[in-house]
Amino acid sequence: MASLIGSYSLFFSLGFSVLILFFSFKNLKNTINFDNKLLSLTFLQLLFIILSFFGLIIAFINSDFSNSTVFNHSHTTKPLFYKISGTWGNHEGSLLLWLLVLTLFIFLFLISSKKQPKKYRVLTLLFQQIIIIGFLIFLIQTSNPFAQIYPVPSEGLGLNPILQDPALAIHPPILYLGYVGSSIIFSSVLAASSTNYISKEWAKHIKQWILISWIFLTLGILLGSIWAYYELGWGGFWFWDPVENVSLMPWLALTTLFHCVLVLEKKLLLTSWVVILSIATFTLSMSGTFLVRSGILNSVHTFANDPERGLYILIFLFTLIFLSLFVFFFFHKTDGQNNTSFFWLSKETSILINNWFMMYFLAVVLIGTIYPIFLDVLTSQKISVGPPFYHKLIIPFLIPFLLAMAIGPKLNWIKSNLQNKSHLLLLFAISLILSFLIIRILEISFLVNTILFTSAFYLFFITLRDFFIKRFKNLAQNIAHFGFSLLILSILFNNFLSTEVITNLKVGETYKSDELTINFEKIEKIKKQNFEAIIGKFNVKSDNELLDILKPELRIYNQPNIVTSEADIKTNLLSDKFMTMNLVQNQEYFNIRYQIKPFMIWIWFSVIIISFGGLFSFFKKKYEN
Amino acid sequence: MKILNLLVIIVFFFNFNVSNAKDRNLNSKITKNLRCLICQGQSIYDSDTEFANSLKLVVEKKIIEGMSENEIYEFLKTKYGEWILYDPALNQKTYILWLLPLLLFLIGGAIIFKNLKIKKN
Amino acid sequence: MGCSAFSKKNMKTKILLPFTIVSFLFIFFILYVGLNRSNIYIPETVTNEKIPTFKVKVFNSEKELTSKEIFENDIYYLLNIWASWCIPCRDEHPYLMQLKKNKKLEIVGLNYKDKVKNANNFLNELNNPYTLILSDTDGTIAIEWGAYGVPETFLIHNGKIIKKIIGPMNNNLFKEIERAVK
Repeated sequence: MASLIGSYSLFFSLGFSVLILFFSFKNLKNTINFDNKLLSLTFLQLLFIILSFFGLIIAFINSDFSNSTVFNHSHTTKPLFYKISGTWGNHEGSLLLWLLVLTLFIFLFLISSKKQPKKYRVLTLLFQQIIIIGFLIFLIQTSNPFAQIYPVPSEGLGLNPILQDPALAIHPPILYLGYVGSSIIFSSVLAASSTNYISKEWAKHIKQWILISWIFLTLGILLGSIWAYYELGWGGFWFWDPVENVSLMPWLALTTLFHCVLVLEKKLLLTSWVVILSIATFTLSMSGTFLVRSGILNSVHTFANDPERGLYILIFLFTLIFLSLFVFFFFHKTDGQNNTSFFWLSKETSILINNWFMMYFLAVVLIGTIYPIFLDVLTSQKISVGPPFYHKLIIPFLIPFLLAMAIGPKLNWIKSNLQNKSHLLLLFAISLILSFLIIRILEISFLVNTILFTSAFYLFFITLRDFFIKRFKNLAQNIAHFGFSLLILSILFNNFLSTEVITNLKVGETYKSDELTINFEKIEKIKKQNFEAIIGKFNVKSDNELLDILKPELRIYNQPNIVTSEADIKTNLLSDKFMTMNLVQNQEYFNIRYQIKPFMIWIWFSVIIISFGGLFSFFKKKYEN
Repeated sequence: MKILNLLVIIVFFFNFNVSNAKDRNLNSKITKNLRCLICQGQSIYDSDTEFANSLKLVVEKKIIEGMSENEIYEFLKTKYGEWILYDPALNQKTYILWLLPLLLFLIGGAIIFKNLKIKKN
Repeated sequence: MGCSAFSKKNMKTKILLPFTIVSFLFIFFILYVGLNRSNIYIPETVTNEKIPTFKVKVFNSEKELTSKEIFENDIYYLLNIWASWCIPCRDEHPYLMQLKKNKKLEIVGLNYKDKVKNANNFLNELNNPYTLILSDTDGTIAIEWGAYGVPETFLIHNGKIIKKIIGPMNNNLFKEIERAVK
């Protein structure tokens, strides 16, 4: 029943799209004021998408196996929480979530943009509807979440156990708010270009939407990374996997866009560049969806691959690209900005430098991700592009980037000089000495590391100082930059100080090294609702002093029948103790990995600080308005 | 007391790190750069498939036999093809991969500097 | 930074527009073709490489052999990597029994990460196609061969791998081997 309602709601939504298109055109031609019918229609469309979404959730809660999505991704013995999160843990359901965000954002846009020009609002709605229609047809045609199965199976196939996890349950909704939320920037910029409304007012207004997307995207990526840390890998948190890369690319574009929009808002400069970036952000989100859903790339996180779906998104994606090229080349006007050069020492320049580096990072990630496809198609040679590639091309460039981040915000608009800035030099000297000492103690004698530590510390000290000196001026920016310096420092320390023990142990055996002993005390078996667990108990001792008791698990899930290894992690402010165990084929041994990962929690924490900077900026602007 | 604890832990880290066998670091460095053929999204280091576990042992053996990092990569490349390496070598096939981002960086820089006013006016 | 690139509009548009359109069409074309290709990597199966050199224990004994000693004769060898726990190995087993009848061919088994008892049970139940069984308890010998799973089979002649089969043998592959061994 719920499935049926959900299914019909989709068709109703499509109907509303047609109506909205019709009345939008009418509204564009005839009246002076924004037709409120459009607002009501958008609201109704949103309502039906919500209805459809809840229809699917209810089908999942009731384990309605006549619905093929539920049958393929759920099971009666699953806890209620994962039944619900299973709704968006699959291709069909997650696309419905896409639609929900698309319609929600355009509705919020319309009710919050009443002061904006009519034509601009109607056109934004129109462009957004094109995206909505594209996805509705995609959903109904190739991936209907309400497809029926007859005869009705008595039991479902279950949700992949690695997805049965609290972080991953909330990861898609958060990520999509950022990822899909950028669609509104896309629609808005096309509308603003067509009506020649790229202006300071527009910049001020779209900045809020950029911030919303950016905050959610940042948090979404964070959640994915945390999940990968304890569920997927052996203590790693970023693998440069294609799926991670496609979420990073829109983030880089959004971050650049945000900085650029500041210049536009203040100086009415860089208009074309802002337009390009706004288009690029959503296009990159769509490309990401294409790369992940079509199965063209090989990744740890796989959705059910289907070339037909891939083809549809590909065509749709390029339709949008060519539509925006059309708007950009034929409607976008660049008159009225003769003054496109900048004084070399100014805030504009520093933001340009930010753009320059961010675009470079984006180029590295983009080329690294899709190059293997190009090589394979053109020469039939298969290569892998992995972490070493990204590290080699990104890390050296982080150094000037960090320095620019430290100095840039000190500069004034238009023109500035650096008098009375002796503390800049002093802090640099302190950072250099500190880094030098650290490198000496750690016995990593690389020049690059010293400079990298120095520049990270430099940004850290300068932003820290500004909290006390400037107090509330530029607080949002300072928080975000401070968070970034903390992130880089945490990653560096984490990277250099991590240690690990890998060994095979039987129950009762003890691993001994100079520093510590690991005693495999026992295993016990536990039966839960949807899995059986083998839990090992390990005592980690150093000099006969008990440091930790760790209990990693092996879980044998019933539906589908998959064995997963659950790490046991003891977290404190200084470090994470991380242990996993795995079966060794045909032996009584277990493969044990014990890792000490310093400052792990600071990596998460600094990303939260960064997004808090965005949040702060968002509310500050609201307050000023 | 807390500070003392903290100090102990920090010292512990540093000692632990320094005395860590070089071989093991090299081993994990190498296995992180190898792609698993079974679960093709993961590195050998991150994977716990049978193949990955054996390959870790092979890398360990080769290190003990005295093979250098590059020799081990070369050895595995002949066995499984270039695909197994996460770090593609710079050659005809990968010029664009390695150099295009750098080229774009230079072009971007050129555009920016063209528009800067160096003199104060 | 793109700002200035677009400022002198008319002239640059004439160059930029076609350039952009062509680039995007090119990207579309590549992605379109890429869609229909498999994203799973399988190492090349056509080889003409020398067999690897290694030392290996003979199954269920303490005797050690070198690769040279195993493949010394001027006949065809078939190296088959198998394990009792591997289900596809059961499927290809009848083909191996058939090939055993071929006098120009000697089948060498490489028992992969197995327990002696289970492996013996397997052979007692389904018969033994191998003239010699080698034991690879930790899977490292299989890697010398460039294998990454079970079963894999290598056809060897004159110290060279002339054919490599990834996964279980089927009727076609069986016939190809029969044809190759003459």
